[in-house]
Amino acid sequence: MIRIDGVSHRIGHAPILHDISTQLPQGRLTALIGPNGAGKSTLLRLIGRLEPLQQGRITVAGHDIATTPTDRLATVMAILGQQTAIASRLRLAELVAFGRWPHHKGRPGPADRAKVAQALEAFALAPLAHRFLDEVSGGQAQRAHIAMAVAQDTEWMLLDEPLNNLDMAHARGLMRRLRLMVDEGRSVGMVVHEINYAAAWADHVIAMKGGRVVAQGPADEVLTESLLSDLYDTPIHVGQHQGRPLVLHHC
Amino acid sequence: MDSGFAGAMTRPQTRLSRDALVLGAMALALAALSALWMFQGLGAGNRGFILGLRGGKLAALIAVAVAVGMSTVLFQTVAANRVLTPSIMGFDALYVLLQTGLVVVLGSAGFTGLPPAGKFLSEMAVMTALAGLLFGTLLLRGARDLPRMILTGVILGVLFRSISGFLGRILDPNEFAVVQSVSFASFNRVDVTLLPWAGAVTALAVALAWRLSPRLDVLALGRDPAVSLGLRHRATVLAVLALVAVLVSVSTALVGPVAFFGLIVAGLAHGLMRTARHAVLLPAAGLSAAILLVGGQWLFERLLGQAATLSVVVEFAGGLFFLYLLLRGRIR
Ligand SMILES: Nc1ncnc2c1ncn2[C@@H]1O[C@H](COP(=O)(O)OP(=O)(O)OP(=O)(O)O)[C@@H](O)[C@H]1O
Ligand SMILES: [Mg+2]
Repeated sequence: MIRIDGVSHRIGHAPILHDISTQLPQGRLTALIGPNGAGKSTLLRLIGRLEPLQQGRITVAGHDIATTPTDRLATVMAILGQQTAIASRLRLAELVAFGRWPHHKGRPGPADRAKVAQALEAFALAPLAHRFLDEVSGGQAQRAHIAMAVAQDTEWMLLDEPLNNLDMAHARGLMRRLRLMVDEGRSVGMVVHEINYAAAWADHVIAMKGGRVVAQGPADEVLTESLLSDLYDTPIHVGQHQGRPLVLHHC
Repeated sequence: MDSGFAGAMTRPQTRLSRDALVLGAMALALAALSALWMFQGLGAGNRGFILGLRGGKLAALIAVAVAVGMSTVLFQTVAANRVLTPSIMGFDALYVLLQTGLVVVLGSAGFTGLPPAGKFLSEMAVMTALAGLLFGTLLLRGARDLPRMILTGVILGVLFRSISGFLGRILDPNEFAVVQSVSFASFNRVDVTLLPWAGAVTALAVALAWRLSPRLDVLALGRDPAVSLGLRHRATVLAVLALVAVLVSVSTALVGPVAFFGLIVAGLAHGLMRTARHAVLLPAAGLSAAILLVGGQWLFERLLGQAATLSVVVEFAGGLFFLYLLLRGRIR
């Protein structure tokens, strides 16, 4: 479980998050939803200690992120930020291989190589493995980043808008793979903009707006017409499809 | 297993051996140039004396080359781009300012009278502390955008140089001459007295950089991925900056500030190697720098008989390369 207690955050003098307390349940796929600027990325970055925690307490699977050594945390959670620009010039296989670094610290063994090959295979990247990152499409690069996080092989995966740039088939493939990992006992927290992916695949939903959590709970309890219309300040119709909520917002 | 998997397993191997081959060829070229430097035109008399002179200078050139090449690659890794070098950011101007400050405080007699090793080591320590403070804050604050970094570097460089210049102006002519001699690069006038110290410090820095090299590969990914992979980002950045400061102190103490040489060398290392692994990039940068310096100095000193100076040519070529990088927008 990820436990967030009384977390507030400021950038300069601007308050970004206001006294957030919430939980991401263990062994579940949790979707963070909310309008642009709600503070979803900020919260995810705080959990992933990409941003220093200013106030409050966060524990990931029992590890207090403020006191646990960062290399230990890297074997417990993998986080993929919203901005994924990589400074060095790498081939896709090399990028994905970095996912194993927390485990081998520079001396990869056969098990590490096997995990990397698996991750490449899982995201249909094997044919592109030797291309440079700046020589593949945006979606292919995004898949490589996700594959790197998967290769890290951690109990928790935190992904900020991983569906960015992915076509319909790959988006669905990713959700199915995440679902599979969750069913095998891992836990995922992800920021999702396309609300129907949350509706179709998430167990738990946390809705944020204006730096506060406005609703949380099982997906079909949170994804209701009144709540979503309020959340996004726009009229939204929610239907049903195969027993899951289906959000209609195109008309 | 299908071909994709097999490919993923074998290709890096072949690339590694190609990189190893290039590195080996470079090492051989350097060995050949060094032999040429030592033994070409060696007369019958006074062999020991001449060999001693030449050997000292060769060692100094190689130490400078390694220091410049490695400090540039290291700095480009923390700064996350391929355009900046320690000297563009004002590192060596800071070292010259330190030396000028010493002349002002001690007077030229005091300055030249100081034991060279003690002077060098204490200047290096101050330099490391200042560079960590200054560039550490700059880089850790996340001043990542290139125009701002270049501007900051230019401003710092100009600031350090003009303070040095101002101090020079209030000195008497004798003291000013001492300052002048430390503020311009010259590969002809190498300060060999410092060589044992500079050499030892360089060797130590090389060993440390080698140990750090897997962590440098992670650092080069950028801050977020590095933190996510569990790298102690802040500590690593500061360690790398300390190494850069030490290496710049070595090269500046031995031959004076060289502005654009590092840029050429780092560009060569990245261009020749086509890998982002520091275990390969760092030796490549050191070796190509040594080949250029030893070969160039041999050419200019022995063949052209000092008709031109190597430092001028190197800086000119480096300046052109800098413009080329900027104009092509190739900044990563
Ligand atoms: N560097 C910054 N300086 C000032 N304000 C910032 C900065 N970064 C983010 N913010 C503000 O913090 C708030 C939360 O941003 P955050 O990136 O967490 O939103 P988000 O919910 O992820 O939005 P999106 O859906 O657009 O990704 C926004 O109002 C944003 O304007
Ligand atoms: Mg966001």
